[in-house]
Amino acid sequence: MNLLEARGVTKTYGTLTALSNVDLLVRQGEFHGLIGPNGSGKSTLLKCIAGAEVATDGSIALGGRDITYATAPERSRAGLSLKFQITAVLAELSVYDNVLLALQAQQSMPGLMLSRSRHALHERVMHLLSRFQLEARRDELAGVLSHGQQQWLEIAMALAREPKLLLLDEPTAGMSPQERRATGELFMPIKDNCSLLIVEHDLDFIKDICDSLTVLDQGQVVASGPTQQVQNSDRVREAYLSHA
Amino acid sequence: MLAIALILPLFLDDFWVLFSTRVLILGLLALSFDLVWGYSGILSFGQALFFGMAGYCTALLATKLAITSVFVLLPTAALVGLIVAFAVAVIVILGKRPPGVVFVALGTLTGSYVVERLARGWSYVGGQNGISSLPRLTAASYEISEGPVFYYMALVLLVLVYVGLRLLVRSQFGLVLAGIRQRESRIAFFGYKTQNYKGLVFSLAGFVSGLAGGLYAFHEGFVGPGQLGPVLSTQVVLYALFGGVGTLIGPVVGTGLIDLLGFYFSHVWNTGWPIILGLLLLVIVMFRPTGLIGFFVSERERVGSFGRSSEGDQRRPARRKAAERVAP
Repeated sequence: MNLLEARGVTKTYGTLTALSNVDLLVRQGEFHGLIGPNGSGKSTLLKCIAGAEVATDGSIALGGRDITYATAPERSRAGLSLKFQITAVLAELSVYDNVLLALQAQQSMPGLMLSRSRHALHERVMHLLSRFQLEARRDELAGVLSHGQQQWLEIAMALAREPKLLLLDEPTAGMSPQERRATGELFMPIKDNCSLLIVEHDLDFIKDICDSLTVLDQGQVVASGPTQQVQNSDRVREAYLSHA
Repeated sequence: MLAIALILPLFLDDFWVLFSTRVLILGLLALSFDLVWGYSGILSFGQALFFGMAGYCTALLATKLAITSVFVLLPTAALVGLIVAFAVAVIVILGKRPPGVVFVALGTLTGSYVVERLARGWSYVGGQNGISSLPRLTAASYEISEGPVFYYMALVLLVLVYVGLRLLVRSQFGLVLAGIRQRESRIAFFGYKTQNYKGLVFSLAGFVSGLAGGLYAFHEGFVGPGQLGPVLSTQVVLYALFGGVGTLIGPVVGTGLIDLLGFYFSHVWNTGWPIILGLLLLVIVMFRPTGLIGFFVSERERVGSFGRSSEGDQRRPARRKAAERVAP
């Protein structure tokens, strides 16, 4: 069953066409890579799905629900979560509070005023922190973490709401090779209940963790299918080589 | 500080008791601005609107209907502030998507200006002259006159509001506000409808402004268009910036200091006071954006911690030890 269905997505900025009639399907539990040369439109597509941009034409549905024009909170409730390209942790808050903020989003306003769930959510905060090896630094401000740790904190926050689909915009940017490998492994346990859509430059990382790939070039889909198959396709090589 | 405030009237003559009461009331108004800007990132230039509207409404109740009971008038004042603020929030904050800072700032400023002009032109509410010689507030048959009694009433209300807001901004709700202030677009992706949170805080701040407005009107025995307009709204911004936004005590301290300095200079060098005030504020904003309180409170304390992990100092050492046991 398709979790994400983007059909005929087109995005124009004045006379510039960033995306032209793009289809993208992500199945339940699938790790899907979105690749392409610089300026191919992959970030634009991700933004249209995330709601940071609104598609000029076409439709985007998540779990059968149309989210083409939905606001950020509506998308979040539909089961979408995302990790920004530039780390957007709340630098003035502690690591612990960052995760708590992400976790408590389902609570009602009066409940939050009375801090009713503070106690109940503690275990879950600590669980997420330990999974991302941030337990020891929980009382420090998020702003002082290393770049790699900020990326992990972001991923922990993005996963906090147990989304159905997680969008990752260059999750390993600025990481060392070891951190990259560790990051890939962090995603494996969620595979049963969460799909991933990853935009990434690092093809090795993509090949390691993605089941299928979609390749964009100049705003159009060049190839889409299982990783092995797409990787060996001539058109993909051409698209990459002609821009290299 | 509270202790000083408690014994202050014993050492002051009448004039200074009136002066201090005014500081307490305006401090309440400054607190309301701090709640919206310092804690929630909503730049409101309209706090005086809620202050003045509450003042006018309660003044009308007192003069036209001869209602003077403090138990009716002050809650009414706060309620008027709440309702007017909510109405403004519906226009400038509560849309489908969150509004920008400048939009809200201009919207509230315009609202404040328009209502001041209306009040000036409307003879039913006294036009330019406002409504004067208000009767005194009463509690049963007791008349609350300006002086120590009014002072203590204002102090109690200020402390109650302070404690209430303190609980609010340190709750999980306060954590959401801290998130909104730092990165509103990010936390919308967690599923928070940030504009609803802002609308609620804005209305609450209106409640506090309204309460201050009612107190002020009956303390001065007068309500006029000046209590509605952008001048007072801006003055409140200065109080809060000077003392320190993002802390609850800062705005109250700022109000006291600016009014004291203002009083001193208006005797020594009347024409020069606005220049000095302007320069002082420039210096503060440039070198101490966290205000005077920034000298005493660290950035970390200012923002605070919300989760259980660092809740309460007695719990910390135990947890540290536990962490150390696990670490090696």
